[in-house]
Amino acid sequence: MSADPHLAVVGAGPAGLAAALAAAARGLRVTVIDSAAEAGGQFYRQPAQGLGARRPQALHHQWRTWEKLRDGLAAHIEAGRITHLKGHHVWCVERKPHAFIMHALLGPEQQEPAAVRADAVLLATGGYEKVLPFPGWTLPGVITAGGAQAMLKGGLVLPGRTAVVAGTGPLLLPVAVGLAAAGAKVAALVESADPKAFVAHTTTLTAHPGKLAEAAQYATALLAHRIPIRAHHTVVAAHGTERLEAVTVAALDADGRVRRDSERRISCDTLAVGNGLLPHTDLAEALGCRIDRGGVAVDEEQRTDVPGVWAAGETTGIGGSALSLAEGHIAGRSAAARLRNTQPDPGAWTAAARARSRLRRFFSALDTGYALPAHWTEQITDDTVVCRCEEVPAAAIREAVDELGAGDVRTVKLLTRAGMGWCQGRMCGPAVAGLTGGEQPPAKRPFACPVPLGVLARAGAPGETTQG
Amino acid sequence: MTGAACALYAARAGLRVTLVDRGPVAGGTTGAGEGNLLVSDKEPGPELELALHSVRLWAELAAEPGMGAAVEYERKGGVVVAAAPQGLAALAGLAVEQCAAGVEAVPVAADELHDLEPHIAPGLAGAVHYPQDAQVMPSLAAAHLVRAARAAGAGLHTGWTVTDVLRTAGGAVRGVRTDHGDIHAPAVVNAAGTWGGEVAALAGVRLPVLPRRGFVLVTEPLPRMIHHKVYAADYVADVASDSAALQTSPVVEGTAAGPILIGASRERVGFDRSFSLPVVRSLAAGATRLFPFLERVRAMRSYLGFRPYMPDHLPAVGPDPRVPGLFHACGHEGAGIGLAPGTGQLIAQVLSDKTPDLDLAPFRPDRFPEKEAE
Amino acid sequence: MRSRTPLDLVEARPGPSFTVTFDGREIDAMPGQSIAAVLWSAGVTSWRSTRGEGGPRGVFCGIGVCFDCLVTVDGRPNQRACLLPAEPGQVIRTQEGTGHDER
Repeated sequence: MSADPHLAVVGAGPAGLAAALAAAARGLRVTVIDSAAEAGGQFYRQPAQGLGARRPQALHHQWRTWEKLRDGLAAHIEAGRITHLKGHHVWCVERKPHAFIMHALLGPEQQEPAAVRADAVLLATGGYEKVLPFPGWTLPGVITAGGAQAMLKGGLVLPGRTAVVAGTGPLLLPVAVGLAAAGAKVAALVESADPKAFVAHTTTLTAHPGKLAEAAQYATALLAHRIPIRAHHTVVAAHGTERLEAVTVAALDADGRVRRDSERRISCDTLAVGNGLLPHTDLAEALGCRIDRGGVAVDEEQRTDVPGVWAAGETTGIGGSALSLAEGHIAGRSAAARLRNTQPDPGAWTAAARARSRLRRFFSALDTGYALPAHWTEQITDDTVVCRCEEVPAAAIREAVDELGAGDVRTVKLLTRAGMGWCQGRMCGPAVAGLTGGEQPPAKRPFACPVPLGVLARAGAPGETTQG
Repeated sequence: MTGAACALYAARAGLRVTLVDRGPVAGGTTGAGEGNLLVSDKEPGPELELALHSVRLWAELAAEPGMGAAVEYERKGGVVVAAAPQGLAALAGLAVEQCAAGVEAVPVAADELHDLEPHIAPGLAGAVHYPQDAQVMPSLAAAHLVRAARAAGAGLHTGWTVTDVLRTAGGAVRGVRTDHGDIHAPAVVNAAGTWGGEVAALAGVRLPVLPRRGFVLVTEPLPRMIHHKVYAADYVADVASDSAALQTSPVVEGTAAGPILIGASRERVGFDRSFSLPVVRSLAAGATRLFPFLERVRAMRSYLGFRPYMPDHLPAVGPDPRVPGLFHACGHEGAGIGLAPGTGQLIAQVLSDKTPDLDLAPFRPDRFPEKEAE
Repeated sequence: MRSRTPLDLVEARPGPSFTVTFDGREIDAMPGQSIAAVLWSAGVTSWRSTRGEGGPRGVFCGIGVCFDCLVTVDGRPNQRACLLPAEPGQVIRTQEGTGHDER
């Protein structure tokens, strides 16, 4: 066995791959552990190999960047510096004296265990979509914008023929364009942000020529596909019995309230909704890492406050693939130096550090522009299911708050079961916080995914085999 | 939970009651428990008497309109199993003593065990069935008892932290100071659970309540496959132990909502909230030994809480002779949900100058030495 | 004019297709597709009824986070259709409630 220090990178999206390449190039032994069948993460999700896609780039942006990551990974794997463990769902990272053990479940069934031991760990676990309830949102045919994109990129399928794309945030544009390019009719792109909100940040936003060009490309594509844009509008309700048949869309007034007189019904069989992304922080939280504004808190070197744990990409705060690449690169270089007990030289990564600051500013400006309707909780009728897993209606949450003395998310959860189901509050968390009238606290999920008790009973026990 | 019960019984006794908590309702140990209403795990003595009394009161509360369903009250019964013949003999011996004290306990032969629990592991020596054991959903129980207390006239201030106990020149209690202002009252009940020692200190007295950490594992939702609260006989010994080191013995039960709850671990590690894989591993191992089908059932989450542990495993209930007007209702360790109504009623009785239904002498708050012996 | 499909867009040449069954009906699957993708291709958008209201559910998040697309495959309940690849001959069933038999 090689004496080189061993770094485990959890996640094979842009951040994780950039980190792995930077660390491996500087002499670390790297194991990339990822749940998917192929590297790429959500952003560079690849069609399954069996589908024989000859032009997967038709569904992607910044394909050349992906090619570099992909080829770099292949070269390091070939040279034995990187091991890529596919289909490994890490459910817990256990901290031991001078080591970490990544406990994972294998393959899609997730019944069989695997464990990897490493000297340090770099969390690049990405994010998932922030969704909010509205009447009818549990109907089949209502999916997340990212979900529509994932199914399209990975499985080359569409959920239906006529789609509405709605919510807020930069993801809606590529989703609408992707669905249209793949043959769906996109009946409307419904964005709740007020275009005027971006004006205040013009300087920051126009400081990114690349981003402007990207926006211009989307605008052209929207025109080419004849996708009507409804800005400062929102979806009020989804209609149907066994599946989605139509949505009601309405304009927002200056206060962000729905203008009832503007409501109109659009027939569709697909509604792709999203309101930006939320960081996946479960593994970091269970390790005891500090969480700041929803993301894992990191220093200039992308180190968390737990020694031996780095974090990069969306898990530290949402900022897109280019920011993830910059953060991953810095994290990988920092780990490479620190694991050899040397001081890293930040001068060696000034380009990445500059990109990181610039992109963080850009996304922070974007984030203030993209906004939910100010009074979105008013749209949630009492009988609207808020917690999809445990089927908790808004009325139960309101009762817990108004009559049972619950003033915070945790108590609402205890009194209503909202957030106790399979998804552990990942879907309903923002809505429950909104209805409770408070901030969404760190969720504290000791298991990043459900674990068979038989696996748990043996995890980390003496005699368990570990790789690494 | 205990505070909610004290407020309810005191308000119903006609007293003016203000309930103050620095957190939300059920924000302390209550929200981290399983909601056990047990007689089975108690040896004959004052705690068992309090438990039997409380089990009766819980049944009365659950019979009030809407209450039973609201708090998910279920008289499911407990089954204590022994793996080996020696364990079974000890268990049967305890059951005989418990029966003499008024507990219903029915020995179950090895070949009858599957009639009670069809999915239990084969090869166990036998068990004792305790039909009186019951369960509530603890957070809902506290919230609905608070709601009933408010209906009886009690005031509620959540998010108010008690910063001092106000006293007269003569030393008697005259209220509490909070971060939201003073509340004047001739009597103050300390129902701060695991943090009861801190409240007692505000009144200048020592009450040795220590945190004893416990984890609970929660599975995916299932149909009812486990019908009773099922636990191994070692659990009784663990509860009674004084050791600070980790002890785990499997306690497994289904819930009205579907998931199975798996306990119970005990360790004295202060208020350390960090996740411990070795502890939950040991819980999972214990549960899968009792119910092999759980091997493939998935754990979705785990939570932890801090039981209010007192050195002799008895709570402090009643007036504090050292400070006139100060009453304690804390230190129930892992049994607080079950013992809450009895405790609340006894407190209401002494607050109203009535003779309490049970002798409070064993629960005297000043029974411990003033100085820490260790 | 034949309408465009995602397969056209990426110039896909899938390997030989195979069949699986969904509630007893044979449906075609392409290699590598998730069960959710196969069901969508067959026009099926719901394959679970909830344990409370019995409401229909299918894909929601599409990336394994929301657990709405749980389905019973070859007798094993609570499999995420969006993650599990289709395999020849799989028996896929609509999942009712917890997915576990009431015993």
